[in-house]
Amino acid sequence: MTVTEPKPSYKYVGTRPVRHDGLEKVTGRARFAADLNMSGQLHGIVVRSPHAHARITSIDTSEAEAMAGVKAVITGDDFPAVEPGHRQYDMCVNVIARDKVLYEGHALAAVAASTRDQAQAAAAAVKVEYEVLPAVLTIDQALAPDAPVLHAHMMTAGADPPAEEPSNIPNITRFSSGTDMDAGFAEADLVIEREFTTQPVHQGYIEPHACVADTGQDGHTTIWCSSQGHFNVRSSTATLLGWENTRIRVIPAEIGGGFGGKTTIYLEPLAVALSAKAGRPVKMVMTRDEVFRATGPAPGTKLRIKLGVQSDGNLVAGDAYLIYTNGAYAGPGGLLGAMTVFESYKIPNFEIEALDVVINTARSAAYRAPAAPLTAYAMETMLDEVATELGIDAMDLRLRNAVAEGDPSTMGFPFARIGFVECLEAVRDHPHFTAPLGPNQGRGLAAGYWFNIGESSSATVNLNEDGTATVVTGSPDIGGSRASMALMAAEELGIDVYDIRPVVGDTEAVGFTDVTEGSRATFATGMAVVEACRKMVVELRGRAAKMMGADVDEVDWVDGQAVYTGSDGDKDPLPVAAICAKAKRTGGPLTATGSLEAHGAGPGFAVHLCDVEVDSETGVVRVVRYTASQDAGTAIHPSYVEGQIQGGVAQGVGWALNEEYIYDSDGVMENPSFLDYRVPVASDLPMIDAIIVEVPNPAHPYGVRGVGETGIVPPIPAVANAIYNATGCRIRDLPMSPVRVLEAITANGGSNGA
Amino acid sequence: MLSAMKYASPTTVAEAVGLLGSEPDARVYAGATDLIPQIRAGRPEPSVMVDLKRIERLCAISSSGSTYTVGAATPTADICAHAGLAAAFPGLVEASGLIGSDQIQSRSSWGGNLANASPAADTPPSLIVNDARAVIAGPGAERTVAAADVATGPGATSLGPGEIIVEFELDEPPARTADAYLRLIPRTEMDIAVVGAAARVTLDGDGKVASAAIALGAVAPTVVRVPDAEAALVGNEPAGDALAAVGAAAAAAANPIDDKRGTVAYRRQVAGVLARRAVSIAAERARERGGQS
Ligand SMILES: Cc1cc2nc3c(=O)[nH]c(=O)nc-3n(C[C@H](O)[C@H](O)[C@H](O)COP(=O)(O)OP(=O)(O)OC[C@H]3O[C@@H](n4cnc5c(N)ncnc54)[C@H](O)[C@@H]3O)c2cc1C
Repeated sequence: MTVTEPKPSYKYVGTRPVRHDGLEKVTGRARFAADLNMSGQLHGIVVRSPHAHARITSIDTSEAEAMAGVKAVITGDDFPAVEPGHRQYDMCVNVIARDKVLYEGHALAAVAASTRDQAQAAAAAVKVEYEVLPAVLTIDQALAPDAPVLHAHMMTAGADPPAEEPSNIPNITRFSSGTDMDAGFAEADLVIEREFTTQPVHQGYIEPHACVADTGQDGHTTIWCSSQGHFNVRSSTATLLGWENTRIRVIPAEIGGGFGGKTTIYLEPLAVALSAKAGRPVKMVMTRDEVFRATGPAPGTKLRIKLGVQSDGNLVAGDAYLIYTNGAYAGPGGLLGAMTVFESYKIPNFEIEALDVVINTARSAAYRAPAAPLTAYAMETMLDEVATELGIDAMDLRLRNAVAEGDPSTMGFPFARIGFVECLEAVRDHPHFTAPLGPNQGRGLAAGYWFNIGESSSATVNLNEDGTATVVTGSPDIGGSRASMALMAAEELGIDVYDIRPVVGDTEAVGFTDVTEGSRATFATGMAVVEACRKMVVELRGRAAKMMGADVDEVDWVDGQAVYTGSDGDKDPLPVAAICAKAKRTGGPLTATGSLEAHGAGPGFAVHLCDVEVDSETGVVRVVRYTASQDAGTAIHPSYVEGQIQGGVAQGVGWALNEEYIYDSDGVMENPSFLDYRVPVASDLPMIDAIIVEVPNPAHPYGVRGVGETGIVPPIPAVANAIYNATGCRIRDLPMSPVRVLEAITANGGSNGA
Repeated sequence: MLSAMKYASPTTVAEAVGLLGSEPDARVYAGATDLIPQIRAGRPEPSVMVDLKRIERLCAISSSGSTYTVGAATPTADICAHAGLAAAFPGLVEASGLIGSDQIQSRSSWGGNLANASPAADTPPSLIVNDARAVIAGPGAERTVAAADVATGPGATSLGPGEIIVEFELDEPPARTADAYLRLIPRTEMDIAVVGAAARVTLDGDGKVASAAIALGAVAPTVVRVPDAEAALVGNEPAGDALAAVGAAAAAAANPIDDKRGTVAYRRQVAGVLARRAVSIAAERARERGGQS
C-alpha cells in the first residue's frame, strides 16, 4: 500500500475482517435468486426471436395455452402500450417486444407451466409469424446512406444541423476546448492519427439472471431476484406494468456477479405478469445461452484519434471521433467515451465528437467503467507510440502530462485532489518496473480513469438490546461492500466489527437507494451509514447523559464510549452496550437513519504494468506478470479493494485477448457459451500484484473513492503495449487473439521483432 | 430435458449389447461428459442411458508384458495415474490429461472421446500414432479394428448398430521410442483444440529416425496422418531440414475450415509448428528412453 498523506489512526477502518457473508458463501448456504423455491411455483420460459430484425405480424398462443401443465401465456399485449418518447421506452420494449424484434434473442412472449419441461415445450409451440427485415450488424452498415432504419422515430439528438430524417444514430455528443484546433496542431512536432475497432463483450457474470415473483389477488407482488439495485427493479417493473411502486416489494437475493450487467431488468415484469395471470408464484431462470444472446454486452466501437505532441512530450492537441454501438437501442456509450477519452491528460486544444449507433444486436448494458476501457485502449497505446517516436520513456511521458488537482477536466470542472501522479509513481517505484524480461517477453504500461458517481443512498442503524448493531442499507453487495459498511459503523459507534450485522434491506425495509453502480456503494451508501451512525451518536450521548444525570453538552463520544466531561466529579464512561441495556428506561429503541444524495465521488485513477510472453509461431500471448496501482482514497477493507483491482485486471485481460461476440451473417450469435466466449480461467493469469494508493477523497468522511470500475480500464492497452514490446507489432483491433497476433507478426516479417 | 429417460447399468458386455438390441433409442455412455451437454443443447434424448462403468472389463487397465489393455470407459484420471502407461506412452497420457478439468477427468474416457468423433478430440491423434486397436463387441462376434478406423467424420463412426468399444490394445513400444502431443488453445485450459498434433518417433542407434508417425487433430473432419512428414524424417536426424519438412508437410496435409475458433491459414500454419515441436519432444524423449522398452 502507498499512503500519500497522514491520516487519522483508525481502529477498524483499514483492517481486514472476514466478510460477514463469507461463511455462508463458502459453505454453499447463501441463497442466490435461483435457489429460491416456493410451494405451488410455476416455471416461466421466454419465447425469443430467432431473427435479428423482423416485424412481428402475428403471435398465436392458443396451442401453447392448451398444452399440459400450462397455466399462463403472455405477450406484449398483456402490458400497457408504450410509445416512443416514454422515459423508459427502450427498457420496456426490450423486456418484451411489441411490433418489432430488434435482435436474435429478443423476448416477445413468455409461458408459465408446472414444470420447466412443460414450459419449454409450450414456448416452442407459440406460433410467431415474422416479416423478416434486413439486419444491420456493424457500425459501417448502420451508417451507410441506404441503411435500414431500426427505429422509425429515431431522430439524432445533438445533430448540427438538426436531423430531419430518422437514422440509426440516436445521439451525437461534442466536447471541445473552444480553441483553434488548427493552431493547436500547428504547435505540435509530431502528429499521429490512428483507428481502432473493438467488438461487443459480455460482463460474464457466473450467475444467470433469475427471479421468483408471487402476485396475490390483492394486486400486490413480491419479487425475489438478484440485481444490482432492487429499487430499480421495483420502479422498472412498475413502469412496465403500469403499477404504483407500493404494489411491488423486491427482496434482494445474493448476487453472483453483475459488473454492471444487472443494473437493468429482463425477467421480473414477465414473472409478475405470468404470476398474476396464473395466480401462482412463477420462477424464471435464464440459461447461459439466453444470458449471452439477450443480456449484457458492452458496446463495440470504432475509434479514431489524432494527437499532436511537442518534441519534449507535451500534449498540445487531441481530436477524437468515437463511434459506439449500444446494440438495438440508444445508450450512453458515446457520451461516456467522450467523457473519458482525454480526461487523464492535460491537452489544451481538444475536440471530441462521439456517435451512438444502433444495430441489430442485444441492447447493451453497463460494464465496469462503461466505454472507458476502449478509449483507454486507443489513447494509451497511442501515447506509447508517441513515447517510442520521440524517444521519451513511456512513464515520463505520462507523468509529464498527467492531470492533478486544479487542472481542468475536459468536462470543464477543475479536478479536486486526485491520485493519478501517485499511482504512476507507485508503479515506477515498484520492483516490477525494472525487473529483467525473459526471451519473447515484453512489458506494457497503461493508465486508466473513471469518474465514479454518487446518487441516492439510505441506511438504517438499529442498536439491539444486547449492544450489537444491525446496519441496513439499500445497496446490493456485489464486491464486499457489507464488510465496508460494518467497518465504518464500527469505527463510528465503537462496536466490534463482528458485533455489527450488515444487511441489504428490501424495498420495504430501508429508504430509497440507487443501483450499485458507478463504484458508488462504499462511497455513497457508506456516507449514509456514517450519517446514520453520527445521528445515533448524538442520541447515545443524550441517553448517556440521562443515565449519568448530566447535561448532554457534558457528554462527549470518545473511542466508542460516552465520556463525561463536566465538573461534577468522575463518572464511568458508558460504552454502547451499557446504554442499550438501559434503553427502555431512557427513551426506547435506538434507531437512526441516514439518507442522502451523495456528491463529490472522487475520480479513480489506475496504472498497470503487464508482462507478456508471445509465442511468435502461434500468436499465443500469456500474461506472465502483472502489477496494478489504484487510488482508493482510503481503503476501508483493503482485501476487497485488492479484489476489485484484481477482478478488473482479470476481466480486462480477457477483453484484450479473447473475448468477443461473434455473429453469423444473419446476426445469430455463434459463441453463446463459455467454451467459445473465452473469459480467462485461473491458469491464464499470474498473481496480480495490487498496490493500493491512498489519496483521500475530501468529499467523504473517511476519504473513500469508489474502486469497482477503474481497474478494468488500463488492462487492454497494458496488454497491447506489452505485445508491441515483445513483437514489434501494434494491434489496433480487439481481441488480440492468437489468430490476430500471428497475422500481425507474419505481416511484420515473421518472428518477434524485439 | 433429461426427464423421461430410463437408466440401465449392465454389468457385462453381453447385457449392454443386449440392451442396445432391444431398445432402439438406447445410448451407451461412459463419462457422459459429451453426451449430457449435447442433450442439454437440444440433441434428442435417448430412451435409455446405458452406463458402461459397471462393466469391469470396460474400466480395467492391464498389461500382458507386451500389450496394454485399457477399458474403453476407464476414467482418464486413472489413465493419467498409471505409471506403466505414462512411461510407455507419455504423449497419449498427456493428451488424456488435457481433457477438461479434474472434475471432467474423473469421468471422461478414451472410448467416449473417440466414439464422440469430434474432429478436435485430444486423444485420437495419440491413439493413432501409437497404433492403438479398438476391440468392438456387438450383436456379432467381437472384432478388433485400428483406432484410426473408428471415427469416419464429425459425429460419425464405423460402429455398427448395437456395437460398443470394449477396450483398447496398445503394444509396448520398441526401444528408443516415445510420443508427444501438443494442442493449441487460446486459453491455458478448459478449451477445445484449434489444432492438435501427435508424433511418435523411434530412433536408431545413431540417433536417426527409424520410424515416425504423425497425426493432426482439428484440421480436418477426422484425424489426418502426415505420411510425407513421416517419410521426411526416416533416415535423418530429427532436426534442421528434416524438421522443417515435417512442418511444411503437416501444413500441407491439414485441411481445415474457417470458423469461430480459427482461420484456415492459421490452422495450417500452426499445424506445421505443432507437428514440428511434437516431433522434437518425442525424439528427445526417445533419446532419453534409450534401449529400454
Ligand atoms: C468442460 C468440458 C471440457 C472438455 N474438455 C475436453 C478437452 O480438453 N479435450 C477433449 O478432447 N474433450 C474435452 N471434452 C469432451 C469430453 O470430455 C471428452 O470427449 C471425453 O473423453 C468423453 O468421454 P466420456 O466418457 O465422457 O464420453 P460420453 O459422453 O460418455 O460418450 C460420448 C459419446 O461416445 C459414445 N460412447 C461412449 N463410450 C462408448 C463406447 N465404449 N463404445 C461406443 N460408444 C461409446 C456415447 O454414446 C456418446 O455418443 C470436454 C468436455 C467438457 C464438458
